[in-house]
Amino acid sequence: MTLTTPAKAPAEESRWRALGVRADVRNLSLLGVLAVLVTVGGLTRPAEFLATSNLQLVLTQASVIGVVTVGMTFVITSGGIDLSVGAIVALASVWATTLATQEFGFAGILFTAVIVGVGCGLVNGVLIAYGGMVPFIATLAMLASARGLALQITDGRTQIVTVDAVLDLGVPDAYVLGIPPLVLVFAAVTAAGWLLLNRTTFGRRTVAVGGNPEAARLAGIDVRRQRLLLYVLSGLCCGIAAFLLIVLAGSGQNTNGNLYELDAIAAAIIGGTLLSGGRGTIVGSVLGVLVFTTITNIFALNNLQSDVQQIAKGAIIVAAVLVQRRSARDGDS
Amino acid sequence: MAPAQQPPLLTMSGITKSFPGVRALDGVDLDVAPGEVHCLLGQNGAGKSTLIKVLAGAHQPDAGHITWNGETVRLRTPSAAVRLGIATIYQELDLVEGLSVAENVHLGHEPSTAGFVKGRAARTATAALLARLGHPEIDPARHLRELSAAQRQIVSMARALSHDVRLIVMDEPSAALDPDEVANLFRIVADLTADGVAVVYISHRLEEIRRIGDRVTVLKDGRAVARGLPATTPTRDVVALMTGRDLPYVFPDRPAHPPTTAPVLQVQGLTRQGEFEDIDLELRPGEIVGLAGLVGSGRSEILETVYGARRPTAGRVLVDGRPLRPGSVPAAVRAGLGLAPEERKAQGLLLLESVTSNVSVSTLARFSRGGWLDRTAERQAARAATRTLSLRPDRPEAPVRTLSGGNQQKAVLARWLLRGCRVLLLDEPTRGVDVGARAELYAVIRRLADEGLAVLLVSSEVPEVLGLADRVLVLREGRVVHTAPARDLDEHRVLDLVMEGSPTA
Repeated sequence: MTLTTPAKAPAEESRWRALGVRADVRNLSLLGVLAVLVTVGGLTRPAEFLATSNLQLVLTQASVIGVVTVGMTFVITSGGIDLSVGAIVALASVWATTLATQEFGFAGILFTAVIVGVGCGLVNGVLIAYGGMVPFIATLAMLASARGLALQITDGRTQIVTVDAVLDLGVPDAYVLGIPPLVLVFAAVTAAGWLLLNRTTFGRRTVAVGGNPEAARLAGIDVRRQRLLLYVLSGLCCGIAAFLLIVLAGSGQNTNGNLYELDAIAAAIIGGTLLSGGRGTIVGSVLGVLVFTTITNIFALNNLQSDVQQIAKGAIIVAAVLVQRRSARDGDS
Repeated sequence: MAPAQQPPLLTMSGITKSFPGVRALDGVDLDVAPGEVHCLLGQNGAGKSTLIKVLAGAHQPDAGHITWNGETVRLRTPSAAVRLGIATIYQELDLVEGLSVAENVHLGHEPSTAGFVKGRAARTATAALLARLGHPEIDPARHLRELSAAQRQIVSMARALSHDVRLIVMDEPSAALDPDEVANLFRIVADLTADGVAVVYISHRLEEIRRIGDRVTVLKDGRAVARGLPATTPTRDVVALMTGRDLPYVFPDRPAHPPTTAPVLQVQGLTRQGEFEDIDLELRPGEIVGLAGLVGSGRSEILETVYGARRPTAGRVLVDGRPLRPGSVPAAVRAGLGLAPEERKAQGLLLLESVTSNVSVSTLARFSRGGWLDRTAERQAARAATRTLSLRPDRPEAPVRTLSGGNQQKAVLARWLLRGCRVLLLDEPTRGVDVGARAELYAVIRRLADEGLAVLLVSSEVPEVLGLADRVLVLREGRVVHTAPARDLDEHRVLDLVMEGSPTA
């Protein structure tokens, strides 16, 4: 409690535009960045970059991290963080490709990947929502344990997938109108994520919990249950991503998903999701993923080393956050 | 008393400070002589906190000037005030939990060599200060979090004295102390003044002021209504000065006959250790019951416990005669309770969101089919609720933070109106709401009661409780000391009750 002073009067802020409009502007600027990148790619490597097969490759590569980023966007919007996504992808991908699992064929692999992801998310969620652990710590612990368990299962060996039904999804014959099935899954997850965040009670509660947890609690929202579900959702996305990775690589490895947590967080942040919670955009996150994947592709085509890529990524993150701060300040004035 | 004849150490004249929508200080004068204890009195919101923040360099006045030892000074930052020798001990102690006693005492001016803190020197100096304050038993190396509230108060005082101090401002220093600790506090104050240090002392306890004060300045609505009265002025006169108002509030009429229906809310023996004890109350549909008391009397804590946001240590809450699951907000909301919390922005609103989102947040399930939001229905229902309360602007998509305080409060009320709640718990409903908008809010609250809502009202402004409520419970230090129909009470009586504990009339 504080002394009652009249000092707490609300500031009048008349010149305020709907937040949605400003988010769209930010998405437009990301689209602009993407357009610049495509131009650069087209100019430096015209034959290779714009080839259909290369565009298919870029989108396929974006699919795995993209699905993870959709889940991460929800968690960050709620004011949390999930550092364990890469490790969960690794664990799900190796658990789903053990010899025992492969006995059950396509369904066995898919089911196992999803269940392992959901299970890890459930553990995260229970620890955070009901155990009172800080998300950073709980998911850091999950990162360490899930990676360890993945190594234990594989003993460091690559687990080759022998189930044809799974491998067939990755070959050009399976493309629908030229679009790889993995990209279709990514598109479906993106659409579902957008609807979930913007059109459902679940999404509204996620934003409320991230924007003002105390107000959400006093408004009667079950904040703990919501938090639990959010980490389960992130785990589910990791499970789906793990399956995509299995299709893409034709194998499961304990080193899969390395540093996905950082890529996913970075993509969500440059997309316009607030790290402090309360505002999230699925479209922005997906654009963020596409920007990063396209950079990687252009650098690879131009035979630039990954160290240069990393520096460029870092610069983009800084630039994007500075732009966000500016637009947030403009909004506040 | 002699000190008043000396040339003043500090003179503040014509200090004016406005915040958006509120004039917190309006030409306040204050002078303090060396070795004097000058007491500041005033109700909550009278401007005491703002005045001492100006003195501490934490707020810049819009007008007026400050002279120190005969020279005009400007206190642009807190450290500028400290350099002059002005130390402030805030009511909300500003100590760092994770540091030791000695580190807290020297925070910001650590004895050091080339950037390395001289820990032993700091501890020795701290031990000397603590001994001077009569508490040699506090170990300077201990962590602050191991200390009791009273010990922290001492540490805070040691910190003030670690500077070369000429004037100490104490904001309700006795609030957290036991009677014998208060006696020690008075001894310290006497030692300080004997050394020529001046003290500005804020307290609600008139008996303390009579014991240690030399002169009294009374603030009301941002003005000094009495300056430099002798501390021996009778309680009755001081209270009269504190309560005389220029701004008549317009309160809606009460219904002619009090409701006689069965109570919708019953609170029985509700207790939370250290906050409030054995609270009983009944609330009928159509009735407004007010809780009056000072800051720290447990008012907000009672509301939040009834609402399930805090878990009681004893007692229970019944709605329609059925006990409510303790410590569960969702259970309270399902039973028909709604809370408009004290800190509207921190506890009530989703500031980034639209009016609609803020109004519908407790009723989302009604607009969803299988989790799917029907946004048209949501917007229409929210708009209907906000129109009932004439919330302006009438734009459901407007971000809630662009609204004025009164309209933000209406958004919170609309949330519960939409939910169809039956018991409304209002904690400081007019805080941050300007005077003109208050009357409208009062009318809205009375109309909701007339329509059958039961309202439990907490306010630190006594006239508001007396004007709006049908019945009033007066609280002092977590206990109900008096219950009466509002029309049988007046502001003097209530202030006597909350400050002295027993009727003096």
